[in-house]
Amino acid sequence: MDFSYSEVQLMLQDSVQKFVQKSYDHDTRSKIVESEDGFSKENWQLFAELGWLAVPFTEEDGGLGGSAVDLIVMMEEFGKANLVEPFTATAVLSGGLIAKLADGERKSQLLEQLVTGNLQLACAYAEPGSRFNLSKVTTSAKTDGDEVIINGSKIAVLNASNADQILVVARESGAETDEEGISIFMVAANADGVSISAFTNFDGKKSSEVNFANVKVSASNRLGAAGQAHAALQKIVDRATVGVSAEAVGALESLLQKTVEYSKTRKQFGTVIGTFQALQHRMADMFIECQLARSIVVMAAMQLDSSASELEQTKSVSAAKSRVGKAIRHVSQEAIQIHGGIGMTDELDVGHLFKRVTAIDIMFGNADYHTERFAAL
Amino acid sequence: MDADFTAEDLSFQEDVRTFLENEFPEEYRSKIDANKRLSKEEIVNWQKILFAKGWAAPSWPEKYGGTGWSQIQKHIFATEMGLIGAPEPVPFGMKMVAPIIMAYGSDEQKARFLPDILESNVWWCQGYSEPNAGSDLASLKTSAVRDGDHFIVNGAKTWNTYGQYADWIFCLVRTDNTVKKQEGISFLLIDMNTPGVTLRPIYLLDGHAEVNEVFFDDVKVPVENLIGEENKGWTYAKVLLTHERTNISGVPRGKRRLRALKRIAAETDDGFGNNMLENHTFRNRVADIEIELKALEYAELRTLASISTGKAPGPESSILKIVGTELAQRIDEIFVDLAGYLCLPFVPEQFEDGFQGDPVGPGNSAAYALTYFNNRKASIYGGSNEIQRNIICKAVLGL
Repeated sequence: MDFSYSEVQLMLQDSVQKFVQKSYDHDTRSKIVESEDGFSKENWQLFAELGWLAVPFTEEDGGLGGSAVDLIVMMEEFGKANLVEPFTATAVLSGGLIAKLADGERKSQLLEQLVTGNLQLACAYAEPGSRFNLSKVTTSAKTDGDEVIINGSKIAVLNASNADQILVVARESGAETDEEGISIFMVAANADGVSISAFTNFDGKKSSEVNFANVKVSASNRLGAAGQAHAALQKIVDRATVGVSAEAVGALESLLQKTVEYSKTRKQFGTVIGTFQALQHRMADMFIECQLARSIVVMAAMQLDSSASELEQTKSVSAAKSRVGKAIRHVSQEAIQIHGGIGMTDELDVGHLFKRVTAIDIMFGNADYHTERFAAL
Repeated sequence: MDADFTAEDLSFQEDVRTFLENEFPEEYRSKIDANKRLSKEEIVNWQKILFAKGWAAPSWPEKYGGTGWSQIQKHIFATEMGLIGAPEPVPFGMKMVAPIIMAYGSDEQKARFLPDILESNVWWCQGYSEPNAGSDLASLKTSAVRDGDHFIVNGAKTWNTYGQYADWIFCLVRTDNTVKKQEGISFLLIDMNTPGVTLRPIYLLDGHAEVNEVFFDDVKVPVENLIGEENKGWTYAKVLLTHERTNISGVPRGKRRLRALKRIAAETDDGFGNNMLENHTFRNRVADIEIELKALEYAELRTLASISTGKAPGPESSILKIVGTELAQRIDEIFVDLAGYLCLPFVPEQFEDGFQGDPVGPGNSAAYALTYFNNRKASIYGGSNEIQRNIICKAVLGL
């Protein structure tokens, strides 16, 4: 048994830490969030050069190996810095689906563009009525000769406003919640009939509602076999779920550390508030939550990298997301409370970490949803 | 033992209901239901409607234009207001500075300030907290130095709610540096238009600047604006802090929000062919909150009954503040959980009048996350919940 990081993982961790230290302080991040694109293209290019964009992919696909543990090592560091660049949307989710479903020349071309930083992607899966159920798909795809016509509305599409291509989850056959009949199509973001209404989420990420009105694409834009995409989608979303859970672990550690530091400097009643036992115990509880969250995320990542059954892997993912969700509520609320009024301000990074983990709690299903999924499996 | 209202109280309740049904403007009601903020003008207008009815100041004695209601009647009024979502009077004038002026102000000060508070002609704000004096309020440093007929005030106050609307501010200032910190504090009223008073908005997590920093730079304040005696301000302020802690449980508001929650849950798809109200996990969590709310309601009624027999409100108000705020925060959380993806968009403008954007989901879901963020303040302000627990430890448990 050995929970230590490999040399490659340590290098990866070190490379993110160095980048953050040098070029990603809170003020820089705020400027990036306020910019038109909502992320830094310069940073994105740098991520490509540092090899980060290749982390989610196997060597066969031109990546660095694609292990889930590599992914969480990196994403934890992203979480500590509250990184806003669209790594999950482009590389983990959309890139993951391409790696899983596309083949031949197209696959290698797209992934090559992606890992070199020359392709932005978005994955449109959620719908107004789907909540967290991936197989609830009402967006339709009707075959018309060599073409497919797509109609429907998607919500919470991360990075759509910057994407070159959108991967659209659509139904070709079956009833509303059937797993059978779901396909994924690549649609150019500027195709006729695609309308994107973009906004910034409360965690600073760019997101959109995307409407597809009689959007025509070639049938060859379908990734994988007709109606058979659900399993791949579920698998990639599970992987992304573990990724963002690791991001949350990083953000929570950051919140804990900032809270402890603040309690050592903030004076009230003639002493620093960190000397009050009532607060000390609460920070000890925050620490425990962070440790449990980290442990269960490591567990889930190791399961994904193992030969465990699909069922075991899925259960591990839901266990992790559910438990991390609980830690998110506890640690982030306590961080604000112990900071007091100053923690409520837009100026301080603490509030932005609080908002980021709140968004992560929702992403790919909140704690209640994953507890139910765990119980049902 | 019974928890019944008398026949007179029931008929009073009926009067209040009828009045609110007819007089609380429909337009305001729909704004509140849609999670929009009322403007300053609308809040003042509503206060003036209450004033016209003679109900502007339920907590004031009759001789100053108060209602002369019993504790039970005040409770009924606050409950009916909360159930319909009508805003409480802006507390800074009506509930905070007015009682101090009544108790410790001169006759001139009473005549000068109270009528305008009662009629909502003047908006007050609070100058207590400072960057380095939060829970430890008595360590405040803003100084007032006597110079002939004036005090010269220098320093900074923070967490000043709606200072941007305010005409006057009541402040705790340090007038003596040589004594124990509680003994060198005075209570001063300052016209916000005095040269040297400046405001810096503080943006909170919901993107709104409802609080400010207020800076005083050689601000000349006439001596006649001092309340009571110099260096007695802390004693007066302690009284005010107890006022701040009454009516804080928020039970009626909690009931109103739970009603809305259930209505919206019934319109929200769970993704599996049912609505969220049919989802067991969700339903149980709603039930947990309802049960807690019931316990809080009866804790409040017991406190009320005890005050009605003439007992002073004691540390019970700390229980109501702690449980009330933490329960409200649980309701904020469950709204976020209900909305899921729909509450992710950050649209601070949606709270403002005239915002024309589409509501993002049922019941304007995007408001829920911002409310969740904003209301983390509730366990911090008004004497943080840690301070309230200290009060229980000291005053009740004798620790």
